[in-house]
Amino acid sequence: MKISMQEARDRIPQRDIILETTVRLMVPFIQLYGLYVIVHGHYSPGGGFQGGVVLGASVILLALAFGLPASKEYLTEGTDIIMANVGALIFTGIAALCALLGGMFLDYSVLTKILPIDPISWRSHGIFLVEVGVGMGVMTIMVSIYWDMASAGRLDEGL
Amino acid sequence: MNWIVTFLLVGGVFFLAIGTIGLLRLPDFYSRLHAAGKCDTLGVTLLMTAIALYNLHAPSFGSVLVSWKIFAIVFFIFMASPTATHAMTKAAMLVGVEPWQKKKGTRK
Repeated sequence: MKISMQEARDRIPQRDIILETTVRLMVPFIQLYGLYVIVHGHYSPGGGFQGGVVLGASVILLALAFGLPASKEYLTEGTDIIMANVGALIFTGIAALCALLGGMFLDYSVLTKILPIDPISWRSHGIFLVEVGVGMGVMTIMVSIYWDMASAGRLDEGL
Repeated sequence: MNWIVTFLLVGGVFFLAIGTIGLLRLPDFYSRLHAAGKCDTLGVTLLMTAIALYNLHAPSFGSVLVSWKIFAIVFFIFMASPTATHAMTKAAMLVGVEPWQKKKGTRK
């Protein structure tokens, strides 16, 4: 006896205590791990993209367990779009700032003209700043892609 | 110490092998998930515990930290794997995947 997707959606009970408890336990640790991957990106495996995907997956996990409206209360649509744009702006802004200060695109060592510290440590910290922007962008775009695909673009309900 | 690690490794490989055989041989979706979910959780837990203990062979701050991280992975697999199995089984039940029965005539 196979049934359609709509019928299956109607039959799904609103709450599942096992799933909700596990997700509630795991999401903080997943987000902490995502931040760790972003922060350690420039001298260990990982980086902005991977950490952003982990952070986005934690919000998607919330959406899967508690329903799409609950995840939109957690991370509102306006915040999502603002964070996506700010993330892209941080990346291109720092990159273009390096170019404007006379270096190459994404050449962080010329940022010593703004804050005079060692050019080598500016290379390290510049990568960190750019990765924060990439992480914000990837996380929010992952979440909004999931929202759009799960609810067929209506953003009201889904899965 | 080496004996404990060997015992845990053999146990882990044994349970993973049982789980794989069950995944290949059992007749329907539910019993396959039953084999995969439980045996893989226990097998991976035993293997990871063995790795963490072996890493503590020469204890130092770094190796204790790495072992702690391995135990964190064990903890998360221990929580996430049965929950994922539960969610998949429930979804299969809701969309109407029929359980396997011995006599084909008794099926509704």
